[in-house]
Amino acid sequence: MCGIAGIISRDGEREIGSEMTRMLQSMKHRGPDSTGYALYGPPSEGYVMRVKLADANTPRDYEFDGRMQRHKSEIERRLAQLGATVESITDATDYAFEAHFAYDGDLKALADRVEDVAGVEVLSLGHSLQIVKDLGDAETVSSQYKLDKLGGTHAIGHVRMATESDVDISGAHPYWAYPFSDIAVVHNGQLTNYHQWKRRLERSGHRFQSECDSEIIAVYLAEKMAEGADLEGAMRDSLDELDGVFTYICVTEDALGMAKDELAAKPLVLYEADDLVALASEEIAIRAVVDREIDTYDPFEGEVMVWTR
Amino acid sequence: MDTLTYDARGLVEVDGTAPRVATIDGDRAEFDARDLTTRKINSELRRLVYQEGIRDVTILNPGARHSLAVGILQRCRITIDGSLGYFGLGLIDGPEVHVRGRVGWSACENMMSGVVVVDGNAGSLTAAAIRGGDMIVKGRVGARTGIDQKGGTVIVMGDAGSMTGFMMQRGRQIIVGDVGNGLGDSMYDGTIYVGGKVRSLGVDCVPGEWTEADTEFVERKFAIHELGPVPQLQKFVCGKQLYNYDNLEPSERKLVL
Repeated sequence: MCGIAGIISRDGEREIGSEMTRMLQSMKHRGPDSTGYALYGPPSEGYVMRVKLADANTPRDYEFDGRMQRHKSEIERRLAQLGATVESITDATDYAFEAHFAYDGDLKALADRVEDVAGVEVLSLGHSLQIVKDLGDAETVSSQYKLDKLGGTHAIGHVRMATESDVDISGAHPYWAYPFSDIAVVHNGQLTNYHQWKRRLERSGHRFQSECDSEIIAVYLAEKMAEGADLEGAMRDSLDELDGVFTYICVTEDALGMAKDELAAKPLVLYEADDLVALASEEIAIRAVVDREIDTYDPFEGEVMVWTR
Repeated sequence: MDTLTYDARGLVEVDGTAPRVATIDGDRAEFDARDLTTRKINSELRRLVYQEGIRDVTILNPGARHSLAVGILQRCRITIDGSLGYFGLGLIDGPEVHVRGRVGWSACENMMSGVVVVDGNAGSLTAAAIRGGDMIVKGRVGARTGIDQKGGTVIVMGDAGSMTGFMMQRGRQIIVGDVGNGLGDSMYDGTIYVGGKVRSLGVDCVPGEWTEADTEFVERKFAIHELGPVPQLQKFVCGKQLYNYDNLEPSERKLVL
């Protein structure tokens, strides 16, 4: 089933970490397997990269901790080798960390070099985007990664009921639009021409980390935008070119957009106010942030909407 | 909020006892749903309607919760002071309901009789498979309104999404605003009146001929529910080109042959 949520502030920073947690926790019944966040903090000069060294359910053999340590040092070494100046590396869990660094080279080269270390996946890379995803409900993930204090302007989130692929971090949303900085997607639905698009996009040099159909959308949009389309244009194209039932939310450094397929088979409730726009699979999630009677509506089929912060 | 208890299988323990929080004043009652679970809200409503014999209940702060006021089989008046989530007011037979807010997907599913008035918007699958009664949405509705409708009337004052009246078999719909693609797709029977633009008609849905009976019906419904002046409407019915029924039982067919 899955639940998706998005929030974008129109008047400066909010406590989006805790707000998104409340939204996602209220939709736990839509997907208890894993929870993911894409949070946009204040943009920085340098890059922020979220990396996972192993999956949450990777077997913990006797050598696990040592291997994680070695892989982390190897990533640090590779970053330095590519000319990145590492400012800080903070452990989030024993298999995931957050790195801040200055870099002015090609992002694809950097992401590829980092992911070349065994078992490593770059979850997000950008000036303000941070993707955090792990197994369990929103409160579990939020307390594990200390997201409560995180401020920012916009965020999306996802609670997952795994249907098409495994229950692991690789299969969890949101997906970063590798290798494009600051773009992420959450999706509710199934894509039926997944294999066609995966082959097409792989031929043009994109990598896929999971078997999850939703990963296609992020890479698809990123490729369209790299070809010169704006976010809204890319999303409109996706309605024609992606098959299946879907409602998805896409975020970039300064915008948040939603798209709903022609069948309108997956729900989305929308609340627009002067200070914020919030959208979610269920109104109950929006009420977790705006605790009063509000005027909401469902966008129609085939609709694409974009808001900027 | 009540603390939930779980049984040995990890499922929420069923506790159907009503919380008895309503203030009863003669034939009327009112209670605040803010701190109650869905089950407790429904238990309290059922207690009031069935055990206390109250005929006018107001539920405050429904908080867009799902599955509220479901399966009430009694003539009574229910006011929901706020918005409902999904599957609200399903399977009802008799109540007159006023929702002072919005309803989510599948509101009023399989209603047998009664009147439901929603002040705000409604989600998709509104009034799915209703068999009787009137459902009025003052705002807009999502896709597949009145799918599989088998009777009753759906009135939407705003726009409607795609596949409105999909597979409807009987009953009437009045959509004052515009409708999306596939209006009345694969409908068997029934009538759809549209005030605005129709983006496209579904399979075997055709414009119908307007008669005196249509005018009388629409005017009566607008008058009863105080919906203001009747707009200019267009009528759509089933073209019956998809009808391929063999009315004979296999044994009868043998006799004919």
